[in-house]
Amino acid sequence: MTETLFSNLAIFVLSLLVGFEVISKIPSTLHTPMMSGANAIHGVIVAGAIATAALAHSPIGYVLTFVASALAAANVCGGYVVTDRMLRMFRKPDPVTVPVAVPITAPVSAVADVLKRAS
Amino acid sequence: MTTTDFVTGILYLVAATLFVTGLHQMRAPSTARRGNLISAAGMAIAVISTIVVALVDDGGNGWGWGALILGVLLGGTYGVGRARTVKMTDIPQLVSIFNAVGGGAAATVAIADFVRHSSTTSLPLNSSIPIVLDVLIGAVTFSGSLIAAGKLQGIIPGQPITFLGSRAVNVLAVLIALAAGVLTLVSTHNVALLVVVLVAALIFGVLMVLPIGGADAPVIVSLLNALTGLAVAMAGFAINNQALIIAGALVGAAGTILTLQMAKAMNRSVPSIIMGGFGTSDTPSGTVGAGQDLTNIRQLTADDVAIQLAYAQHVMIVPGYGLAAARAQHEVAELAKLLTDHGIDVKYAIHPVAGRMPGHMNVLLAEANVPYTQMLQLDEANAQFDICDVALVVGANDVCNPDAREPGNAVSGMPILDVDHAKSVVVIKRSMRPGYAGITNPLFTDPKTGMFFADAKQGLTDIFAAAKEYVAA
Repeated sequence: MTETLFSNLAIFVLSLLVGFEVISKIPSTLHTPMMSGANAIHGVIVAGAIATAALAHSPIGYVLTFVASALAAANVCGGYVVTDRMLRMFRKPDPVTVPVAVPITAPVSAVADVLKRAS
Repeated sequence: MTTTDFVTGILYLVAATLFVTGLHQMRAPSTARRGNLISAAGMAIAVISTIVVALVDDGGNGWGWGALILGVLLGGTYGVGRARTVKMTDIPQLVSIFNAVGGGAAATVAIADFVRHSSTTSLPLNSSIPIVLDVLIGAVTFSGSLIAAGKLQGIIPGQPITFLGSRAVNVLAVLIALAAGVLTLVSTHNVALLVVVLVAALIFGVLMVLPIGGADAPVIVSLLNALTGLAVAMAGFAINNQALIIAGALVGAAGTILTLQMAKAMNRSVPSIIMGGFGTSDTPSGTVGAGQDLTNIRQLTADDVAIQLAYAQHVMIVPGYGLAAARAQHEVAELAKLLTDHGIDVKYAIHPVAGRMPGHMNVLLAEANVPYTQMLQLDEANAQFDICDVALVVGANDVCNPDAREPGNAVSGMPILDVDHAKSVVVIKRSMRPGYAGITNPLFTDPKTGMFFADAKQGLTDIFAAAKEYVAA
């Protein structure tokens, strides 16, 4: 039993460290979708609800299974859908249609280039 | 270890890898959506392998599975329905609600695990400690997140709510929850004690969030998000499920980092936000420098602003809370597009806390079809204000207050957008009322600043109409 506890603790601590490392680098632009995405991930508690369902053998067990699964399903399904809705809107710019402006300094830099090559 | 356990363990590892990869890909706008889908794939694998192992190892009975299916159908329908229809401006409260139900589910799983055990012997500590912690944390995040969602939605007043002795009740709730928790650990399987833990923690969650100001609510939602992750990890310890431990710890870490970054961007410390609720005077005054003293202020009309914009080369739009509150993201995007099509370089300078929570403004602008390449973060934007002809501030205040560079005031040290470095500044604002920090903003009285007093939505519409005349000519 202590062996299981120890390996679970190790998994827990290492996952925390991975979480800090992966997440600390996210730009503020994406903080809201990221928070929502992380929120969806803790919807994994639905797996806990499934385990609860398999072990339920009493009326109170069935009621608790129902409550846990309803809450967890709202978390996981809603979380992923709303995160996807947000991220779907982040789009790349349209292909450039702005006419290419020739800077006034262009001839000067062209001359400079020629001189540089000559020297 | 049975074959099923081994295969499940491998599948959980695959799921964990997908969670980490997914989060990793959410760091950049171009890959963020794929990242979320990868994480969802990990979730599907975790769920399916849990179902398989539950069927093989435990079997269960029809009632249990029936309750599960019914619950998942109801909860899933609700979650997807809300997620599909929510307005982008209301995202913060929906995230908070999803967080609440996650915490509630974690607490329920632990309670079910506790109730299931034989009532004649006491549980081993390596199982009962996580159960008690899970119920404690899960219940606090459940009730706390619901209150936070109510505040963000406006159902519960945003002002800090305190009543006589609320601090004492708060401390009492914590003490009762902790005492009942310890008693649960040492006594022989006492469900009533665990219910006391549950109720006291629920009450504490409510009392903890009620006194927190509406503007601080997103920080609290983020903190509660981290706590839900921990509650889920505790559930994983209780029922010995590694998928819960890994995913819960990842979210616990994510939420903690986010909370710290949000608080830093708002120039607040997490303890002061929470302790503020415990009765200290750390609340915005909101009255200092109020009044409509319009001396030293240059007022502009929509037409003035339109001319300035139409003859600029580089325009920087600084959207703030006022734009989010007025839901004017489409109007600002329309104006920006008009200018861009006219060959003017338009960018958005987005402060980390613009909008209602960090990154919320980016979501609102993305909804209005603004490409993410036009949205500049704080540092990128500050590098460009010097060459900017017009900085158009829409409903932002504290995030561009130059006094933040001076010591000794409410915004000292807060990272700000250097709007005052622009060649000229236009501020669209409803009145001279101070922002959340409750202090005056010298930017508004700067000689190069013009004030256009209007609601963000109406003001932008008027400027758009006027600007059309100039750029069409």
